[in-house]
Amino acid sequence: MATEPNESDISGQDLPPVVPHKHVERADVEAVNKAANRSLYAAQKKIHPKRAKGTFRTIKWWVMIVTLGIYYFSPWIRWDRGPGIPDQAILVDIAHSRFYFFFIEIWPQEVYYITGLLILSAIGLFLVTSTLGRIWCGYTCPQTVWVDLFLVAERFFEGDRNARIKLDKAKWSLSKLAKRTAKHVTWLIISVLTGGAWVFYMNDAPTLMHQLLAFDAPLTTWFWILVLTCTTYLLGGFAREQVCTYMCPWPRIQGVMMDEDTLAVMYRYDRGEPRGPHKKNESWDNRGDCIDCRQCMVVCPMGIDIRDGMQLECIQCSLCIDACDAVMEKIDRPRGLIAYDSLTNFDRRAQGKPEKRHIVRPRTLLYTMFMIIVGGIMLYGLMHRSTLEVNVLRDRNPLFVQLSSGDIRNGYTVKILNKTHDIHTYSLAISGLSSYKIKVEGVTEKTADGKPVIRVERDQLRAVKIYISVPKAEISGDSMDISIIVRELAGKAVSRNDTTFKGPKM
Amino acid sequence: MSTEPEFDKHSKTYTTGHEWDGIKELNTPLPRWWLWTYIACIVWAVGYWILMPAWPLVSSYSKGVLGYSQRDAVAAELKDTRNSRNVFAQKLLSSNLETIEATPKLMEFALASGRAAFGDNCAGCHGSGASGSKGYPNLNDDDWLWGGTLEDIHHTITVGVRSSDDDTRESDMPAFLTDEILTKDQISDVATYVMSLSDPAIKAPAGSAEIFQDNCAACHGEDAHGNRDVGAPNLTDAIWLYGGDHKTITTTISYSRRGVMPTWAGRLDKATIRSLAIYVHALGGGE
Repeated sequence: MATEPNESDISGQDLPPVVPHKHVERADVEAVNKAANRSLYAAQKKIHPKRAKGTFRTIKWWVMIVTLGIYYFSPWIRWDRGPGIPDQAILVDIAHSRFYFFFIEIWPQEVYYITGLLILSAIGLFLVTSTLGRIWCGYTCPQTVWVDLFLVAERFFEGDRNARIKLDKAKWSLSKLAKRTAKHVTWLIISVLTGGAWVFYMNDAPTLMHQLLAFDAPLTTWFWILVLTCTTYLLGGFAREQVCTYMCPWPRIQGVMMDEDTLAVMYRYDRGEPRGPHKKNESWDNRGDCIDCRQCMVVCPMGIDIRDGMQLECIQCSLCIDACDAVMEKIDRPRGLIAYDSLTNFDRRAQGKPEKRHIVRPRTLLYTMFMIIVGGIMLYGLMHRSTLEVNVLRDRNPLFVQLSSGDIRNGYTVKILNKTHDIHTYSLAISGLSSYKIKVEGVTEKTADGKPVIRVERDQLRAVKIYISVPKAEISGDSMDISIIVRELAGKAVSRNDTTFKGPKM
Repeated sequence: MSTEPEFDKHSKTYTTGHEWDGIKELNTPLPRWWLWTYIACIVWAVGYWILMPAWPLVSSYSKGVLGYSQRDAVAAELKDTRNSRNVFAQKLLSSNLETIEATPKLMEFALASGRAAFGDNCAGCHGSGASGSKGYPNLNDDDWLWGGTLEDIHHTITVGVRSSDDDTRESDMPAFLTDEILTKDQISDVATYVMSLSDPAIKAPAGSAEIFQDNCAACHGEDAHGNRDVGAPNLTDAIWLYGGDHKTITTTISYSRRGVMPTWAGRLDKATIRSLAIYVHALGGGE
C-alpha cells in the first residue's frame, strides 16, 4: 500500500527538528473528523480523546452529575395528589392518558401545553445559542453527557489516550481481552440502566421496580429497555462524534442562530499566529503564542482542530480551552489563547479597541420577548385551567323522534370531564326552551328544582345519554338554538354548551 | 491490467489497481454496516425458510419447523375472543335490566355488541338509526305494539312477528273490504272516526263510533288505546305505522297490512339477542 500524502495534514514530516519546552510534548495527532479529512468512502477513524483537566472540565463534571441525577432520580420523586391518583411527580401515564408534572396535570385534549413547552424549549435554545453559542451541545446534550460517561469507563479500563492507541494496535492477548470485555460490560450496564430509567417515567417507579426484579414486568417495558439499551450502547460507545456530525440537525441550524457577537470557543489566531514550535529561552518576537503542541486536538472528543476556526463539527465543549491554558501556564504565556470569544472582539482588537461583551441586542431581546409571551400565555392557561370540560354530541341518526304524545324528542350524549381530584356532582339544565322534559339515562337523582344530578368520579370522564322532549306546540322551527348548561353543585365551575334542537319541517 | 493500488489525490481515495486503457477504478467499497446488514438479512432469511412456511411446492408448501399458520392463528384468536366475550354473555343472560344498567361494563358490552348486531341484522328494515319507515316501526319512540320492557323486546326479537316460529307474535286484523265485512262508505266513515281520536279538529261522522265499537274495539279496545297482548296499536296517539291520512287508513282497514318480522332464535345466539334487546331498549323508548 502506498502511503497517503495528505495535503491538509499539518503534521508534515519535513518540519525542522526542534527542542521543545521541557514539559510540553508535541502530540502526533490528526484532525480526523474535520470536513476536509473525512470521506464517505472510508471507514471512520477512531478518536481517542485525552482526559482534560481545568476549569471547564470541572464544570462539565458537575453538569454531568446534575443531568444524570435528574434523569435517574426524577421518576422517584413523590407528589401526593389524593386517593386513586398516581403519586409520582413526573409521570406519563399512557394507559390512562394523563401527563403529570408536579402540580400540573394534562389531559390528552390539552396537548397544546406540550406544544407550548416545545416552543419554549426551542426559543430557549435559540436564546442560549445566540448569546453563548453551542452551550447545549457542549455541556448538556444527552449525547455529550453519555459519551463522556462512556469515556470515563473506557479510560478506567484501558487507560488514557496513548495507552488506548497502543491497546488498539496491540495483538489480541488475554490482557487485551480482559480490558475490552470489562469495558463493554460496563458500557452495557450503563446502557441497561439508561433504558431502565426511561421506563420509570411511564410507570409507577416503585411498582415497576418490583415487577422488573421479579421478571414480571409488561412486555412493552422490556422492549423499551432493550431499544434504549441498544441505542445508548451504539451511540455512546461507537457512533459518538458521528452522531453530532452526521445525524443531528442542530449543528446545521445553529449557523443562523449565531452572529458576530455570539460567544463561542475560538482560537485567537490574532494572538496565536504565526504558530510554530518554540524552544525554551527563544524570543517570542515576531511570532504567535501557538507552539503547535496540538494538545487542543488531543483532548478534542470531536477529532477536529479548533485552530481551523468555527466549524460545524465543533460542539464547543471547551475542553481545548483547558488543554491550551495548561500549556500556556507551562510556557509562561497568558492563558486564553483558546477562549470564549466573539467575532466582534477579533475586529475590535485589530482596530486597537478594548474587548466588549454585547449580550443585549435585537436578536436576544426578540427571543427573550417571545419566551416571556409564550411562557406568560402558558402560565395564564395553567392558572385558569378549567377543571370542568363538557362536550355535547347531538344524535344525528335519527335527527329527532316523534313520541306517541306528539312531542318531539332529541337525544344528546353529554361528556363531562371532572379534572379535579375530588368527586363532584353536576346539575344539568337547558336554556332556549320554555317547556321541556329532560331524561338522563341511568340517573334518577334530582336537585330541589328538578334538575338531574350527575355524579362524576375524581379525575374521570363520564358520558351520559340525555333525552329532551318538547311539546309540539313549542317547536318554532326545524332547528332551534339551545344551550346545555352543566353546573358544578359544590363549586363555581359552569360550562355552557351551544347546540340545536331539531324538529320536523314546518 | 493490474498494478499497485495508488492514492488518487483528486478524490482522496485509493484505486483498486485495475486499469483499462488508462482508466483506473477507484476503490469505493460498500460501507461496512451496509454489508453486515446485508449478510444479516441473508442469515435471517435462511433461518426464516427453515422455521416458517416459505417455499411453494407442487401441491403444497414447505410448512416450516415451527408449524406456524396464519389460518390457525386467526382461528385461535377468534376462539379467544369468543371465550372472553362468553364471560359477559353469560352474565347478560342471567341478569335482569336493573343489574345490567347498574353495571357499566356489562352495559357497555351489551350496547357495543347490540349496535353491531343491529347494523348487521335489523338495519335493513328498521334503518341504521332504528328510525324505521312506512310499515317498519321506529324503535326510538315510546310506542310499542308488543310491549317496550326489556323482556317484551327480547321476546319479540326471539320469536318474530307472523314468522315461522311456533310461538310467533301474531295479530290478525281482517281485511274489512275484501272479506266483505264493511262497505266502502262504512270504512271511509270509520277511518275518519279513527283520525278524530287523535285530532280534535276532525269531526267523526254520525254512526261511525258504532261501526268502530262493533268491528274494531274487540282488539283495539273501546277507548281505542290498543292491546299489546294481541299487538293491536293504540289509535289515539300521534304515531302511525303506515300513515295517518284518510286514504292510508282506509287502505289499511280495507285490506289489512300483516307486516312480518322473522324469528331470530335460530339465526343469532342467545347472548346476541339479549344484547340487541338491551340496545333497542336503550334507544330512548324503553319501558
